[in-house]
Amino acid sequence: MELSKEQIQHIATLARLELTDEELEKYGGQLSAVLGYIEQLQEVDTDGIEPTAQVTGLENSWREDVVRVWDDGERLSAINLAPEVDDGQVKVRRVL
Amino acid sequence: MDLNKFTIKQAQEKLEAGEITSVDLTRACLERIGAIDDRIKACLTVCENEAICAAKEADLRRKNGEIGALLGIPYLAKDNIMTRGVRTTASSKILENYIAPYDATIIKKLKSAGAVLLGKTNLDEFAHGASTENSAFGPSHNPWDLSRVPGGSSGGSAAAVAADMCLFALGTDTGGSIRCPASFCGISGCKPTYGLASRFGLIAMTSSTDVPGPLTKTVEDAEIVLRVIAGVDGNDATTVDAHRDRSRPVHAADVQTTMTGKKIGIPKEYFGEGLEAGVKKLVMEAVEYYKKQGAEIIDVSLPHSKYGVGVYYIITPSELSSNLARHDGIRYGFSDNSGNDLLSIYKNSRGKGFGPEAKRRIMLGTYALSAGYFDAYYLKAQRVRTIIKNELDQVLEKVDCIITPTSPHVAFKIGEQSNDPLKMYLEDVYVTGASLAGLPAMSIPVGFDNGLPVGMQLIGKRFAEDTLFAMGRAYQDGTDFHKRRAEIL
Repeated sequence: MELSKEQIQHIATLARLELTDEELEKYGGQLSAVLGYIEQLQEVDTDGIEPTAQVTGLENSWREDVVRVWDDGERLSAINLAPEVDDGQVKVRRVL
Repeated sequence: MDLNKFTIKQAQEKLEAGEITSVDLTRACLERIGAIDDRIKACLTVCENEAICAAKEADLRRKNGEIGALLGIPYLAKDNIMTRGVRTTASSKILENYIAPYDATIIKKLKSAGAVLLGKTNLDEFAHGASTENSAFGPSHNPWDLSRVPGGSSGGSAAAVAADMCLFALGTDTGGSIRCPASFCGISGCKPTYGLASRFGLIAMTSSTDVPGPLTKTVEDAEIVLRVIAGVDGNDATTVDAHRDRSRPVHAADVQTTMTGKKIGIPKEYFGEGLEAGVKKLVMEAVEYYKKQGAEIIDVSLPHSKYGVGVYYIITPSELSSNLARHDGIRYGFSDNSGNDLLSIYKNSRGKGFGPEAKRRIMLGTYALSAGYFDAYYLKAQRVRTIIKNELDQVLEKVDCIITPTSPHVAFKIGEQSNDPLKMYLEDVYVTGASLAGLPAMSIPVGFDNGLPVGMQLIGKRFAEDTLFAMGRAYQDGTDFHKRRAEIL
């Protein structure tokens, strides 16, 4: 399983990672090696086997849909962690 | 005896008898950290003033008649656990200056139990690794040999406990991250059943296998801590009210530790090729110990174990690549806004903020989940996961627990294999099974191979932590490997 430099670049773009040429080269080889190892899963017969995402048998854990007040101090310190804050709001670049 | 060397149990007795105070204990730990952590590098943040304040408060609560297993007991927490007002970095540049705005549920529980937070410990960045070498702030060192890794990803926590910088530490375990470092550092580490303790406020890695748990000097102490941090949490929909029938405040001494009638499964796949002879010998000696105590040893087989690492390294990168999407340079953490559009803020912030292993895993997960590959990778891995889980469950119907080595070898040298990610992933060969199946598992020290600690893993039935604790205590009642301490040179 050999990933080309273009494929690695495409994955990096999907993952929103700016990578240097050196990184693209290095990760390309390393990811190919890991994927090569993972290929062994194909030899397992999984016909009719359900996929597992949850192991304790819980299903639909419901809660009331209610507004919970968040401590003001905690709320403000959370907002103030943003790199750009204006009037208690997080500032972002235009998206449209 | 130096107070920082106490187990929780010993300290508790001294506190109750009024012979020592929490301030004494806390000062002793802080002094120990000050004296040796420049060599171990277990701590990323030490909150000296806050710790002394919390200790004074605990002493006051005790004076007012309160009692409690962890009242006044100083501890360290892995730095991927949110601690209100304290820097929480996950050992990543991207969160280098992040101050947690709230407490994780388990930290809240420990606070109300009166435990004293001393600081935060080093880990592999975002808990991606088995050595702490992936920390953006440099590796921690194994107290038994400073040129070796302490294991990971909860390596700072394990090294700190082994070096008596605290009475216990919190870690998280996604695919061995409590058990591996406990094994390498010669201490006890417990990964509880998935859902037993809340994940709210843990910096998410693999949501379907992440669990928090204790790293301690004895199995008895692990039980004390787990009882405090376990429980259903409205903020974590996957927590299970498992111990509701056993809500009585079990004192460790009540638990039966007789081995007569206990059945122990030995899976041949965990004792084959790749296992160091010295490790195998010590684990088999421990099994022999149980046999002498009356346990029945049964050969079992887990033929799909060999696929555990493969499954794990699809499921983990897939889930963490989604979880780490939140680090976008917009809401918190490192931000590079030199580019002119939104996309470049994302790409530059993440490209410069994440370290190499986080990037590798994000890309692996992104690839596995991308259009055209989802069925072949993620879905396939989830199906093989079902087989691994069923196989373990079926064996555990016949035995009380499964015993394996925790790691195929002792702690390796820093730098020895950090350039080969695949080799590092294979470190997890014995620990991924219990994680994928959500089973409780514990590592306890069973001896030394060339002066380095060897750990044995006990895997139990879902929510049957009590069995593991009884077995661990029975072993530690008759051995003293857990009492040995490294001389830090």
